[in-house]
Amino acid sequence: MEPINKVKSVITPLDRTNVDTDQIISKEFLRRIERTGFGKYLFYHWRFDAEGNERKDFVLNDQRFKDSKVLVAHENFGCGSSREHAPWSILDYGFNVVIAPSFADIFYNNCMKNGLLPIRLAVDEVEQILEKGKHAPYSVQVNLEEQTVTTEDGENYSFSIDPYYKQMLLNGWDEIELTFQYEDKIKAYEDKQKQLV
Amino acid sequence: MAKTIIEKVWDQHVVYEESGKPDLLYIDLHLLHEVTSPQAFEGLRIANRKVRRPDLCFATMDHNIPTRNLPTIKDPIARKQVNTLQENCDEFGVPLANMDHPDQGIVHIIGPELGLTQPGKTIVCGDSHTSTHGAFGAIAFGIGTSEVEHVLSTQTLWQARPKTMEVRISGELGFGVTAKDIILAIIAKFGIDMGNGHIIEFTGDAIRNLTMEERMTVCNMSIEAGAKAGLISPDETTVSYLKGRKYVPEGKDFEEAAAKWLSYATDEGAQYDKVVEINASEIEPFVTWGTNPSMGSGISSHVPYASDFSSESDKESLKNALEYMGLEEGMPLTSIEIQNVFIGSCTNARLSDLRAAAKVIEGQKVHESVTAIVVPGSRTVKKQAEDEGLDKIFLDAGFEWRESGCSMCLAMNDDVVPAGERCASTSNRNFEGRQGAGSRTHLMSPPMAAAAAVKGRFVDVREMNAVHA
Ligand code: SF4
Repeated sequence: MEPINKVKSVITPLDRTNVDTDQIISKEFLRRIERTGFGKYLFYHWRFDAEGNERKDFVLNDQRFKDSKVLVAHENFGCGSSREHAPWSILDYGFNVVIAPSFADIFYNNCMKNGLLPIRLAVDEVEQILEKGKHAPYSVQVNLEEQTVTTEDGENYSFSIDPYYKQMLLNGWDEIELTFQYEDKIKAYEDKQKQLV
Repeated sequence: MAKTIIEKVWDQHVVYEESGKPDLLYIDLHLLHEVTSPQAFEGLRIANRKVRRPDLCFATMDHNIPTRNLPTIKDPIARKQVNTLQENCDEFGVPLANMDHPDQGIVHIIGPELGLTQPGKTIVCGDSHTSTHGAFGAIAFGIGTSEVEHVLSTQTLWQARPKTMEVRISGELGFGVTAKDIILAIIAKFGIDMGNGHIIEFTGDAIRNLTMEERMTVCNMSIEAGAKAGLISPDETTVSYLKGRKYVPEGKDFEEAAAKWLSYATDEGAQYDKVVEINASEIEPFVTWGTNPSMGSGISSHVPYASDFSSESDKESLKNALEYMGLEEGMPLTSIEIQNVFIGSCTNARLSDLRAAAKVIEGQKVHESVTAIVVPGSRTVKKQAEDEGLDKIFLDAGFEWRESGCSMCLAMNDDVVPAGERCASTSNRNFEGRQGAGSRTHLMSPPMAAAAAVKGRFVDVREMNAVHA
C-alpha cells in the first residue's frame, strides 16, 4: 500500500448521514476478482440515473470538486456491509482522505489496510467544513504526522488515531509481513491450546 | 473478578499484547464465500504465502449463485467468482461446500447447522452478518478482504479491544411478536450507530426464552446496530442445539465441551461499559418504512412526520428516505401496498422461520398483484422443510420455492426487485437499491411478510392469526 502523510486539496462536501457501503459501491459491481478498477462505480446510483446520465445535483458531478482528494460527510460513514470494495472504490476514484464525525467499525479498519486515511473530527468541526465547502471550493491541508487538519482560512483541527495504524499508514507497511515477526508467539499459543484440548 | 463473556472469550484469544498496539487475536474459525475472498487468495499467491490453518477454514458459495435452473450460472462474472473459489479452495486445501454439496447454504446458516459455530470461539468471515454466530456465545465479526488475507496467512488479526455493552430485554414478548421484531425495535429505539466500537451482549428474560434460531436472528442484526459483534451467553438451550451436529464432539468429549461452553457465560455482577434496556412487552410486530434499519415502527403506527424530529439532519434524512421510498408523512403503515415478498436471508431463512410463515399462509392465496418467493437458507433447511411438506404449503399458496442462497437479500443474482416496486422482505437491510436499483425494501418478520403476501399490503399478523384461531 502507498504511504500517506500530507494531503492538500479542495474538499468534496457529501451532505449525508449514515452513508452505507451499499451506496458507496453497489453490489452489481462486486463481482470482479481484482482489487482495482472500482473507482468508476463509486456512488454509482447517486451519480447516474437509470439511463446512465449524470445527475447534475450530485456533488461528485460538480466540476469544481473534480480533483478533490478529501471527502467530507456526516456521522456513521461506511455503515452496513463489510465489503472492502468500498475503500477500494473511494481510493481508486482519487480520494486519499475521508473526514467524518464517526465511522462504522469495519469500514474504518478496511481504510487502514489500504492507505485511505479516515479522520474523525468533532461534529461541529465537520459541520463548519461542510458548510463552507458546500458553497464554494474550500481547501484543507491534512497532516497525518502531526494529526491535524488546517483549513484555508486558518482553522486548525486536531484528530486522534491509533499509533499503530498511524505508523502503518505513514510507512505504507504490509501488515501481514509485520505479523510474521510474531510467528513464535502464534506458534506458542497454538501449542498451548493443543495441550488444553 | 466477575467478567462478561466478552472479556472471557477475548482474553483467552490474545496471542500478544503491548500497550499502544491493538491485541493480536487468535481466530478459531474462518468462514469464506465467493465474493469477498478472491482478492485475498490472489494476495497469497502474489506473495507466495500459504494458508496457515486450512483446517480452521470453511468455505461455501452463497452470495451470487442462482436459486433456480441449477447448476448452470448464466452470468459469466458470477460464474467466474464461483469457479475461482473452487480453484482457490482446491489449491490451498480449504474445505468447501460447493454448489453440488449437500451442506451448501448461506454461510451464517450452515456454520451453526454443522456445529462449526461453538461457544467461546472467535469466528470471522468477510461478511458483516458474521455477528449471527454470536448467538452461541462466540465473538464473531465481519472483516474486510485484507483481513481475510491476514487471517488466511497468520490465523490472527490485530484488533483493538472493543468496549462492552449490555442490551437487556426484560419482560415477556406478546402474542405474534418475534425475534425479528425485538431487534428492529431495539435499532429503531437506540439508532443504527448505538453499538459503534462495542460488542453487545443481549441479556434478559426475553432473550433466555428464545430458541437458538431466534437468538441467531437477533445477533444477525447486531451489525445493523453498528456493533462490532453481538452475542448471547450460552445456556442449556445452546448446548442441546449443538448436540449431535456434524462437527461437534461426541460422548464424553461432548460432556467436557459442554461444561467448558457453559463456563463462558457472563458472571453474576459483571460490569459493562454501557447498558441499555427495553421491555419486551412494549414491542409489537415491526415494519421499516425508510432506507436504513432504524427507520421502522410498530405495525399499528404510521410513517412519521418531519415534526416528530428535532434535528435538521434527522428531518433531512426523513425527507430523503420518504422520497426514495415513495411514501408520505403520516401514512398508516397498513395502507402501504406491496408487489413483492421475499422470505429468505441469513436473518430469517431457517426452518422455524419457514414454519412460521407457512402457518400464516396455509390455505390462503398470494394476492394477485404480488410475486412471492421463498429461498431456504441452506440445502439442509430446504430438505427438512420438504420433509414436513412446507414446500407444498408455499407452492399451493402461489409462492415460488427456490434453491438456497442469499438471493434477493442483496440481489447479486437474478433475484431482483424491479425499480419502483416494494418488497416485504425478511432480510436485514433496506438501504437504497439493496434489492435492485430503485427497489423499495421493507424489513419485517417471516409471519408479517407472509401476511403481506396474502393481503397485498402490510397487515398486523396478529389479526390474521385471530381470524384463524
Ligand atoms: S443473506 Fe444477505 S446478509 Fe446474509 S450473508 Fe447473504 S447477502 Fe449477506
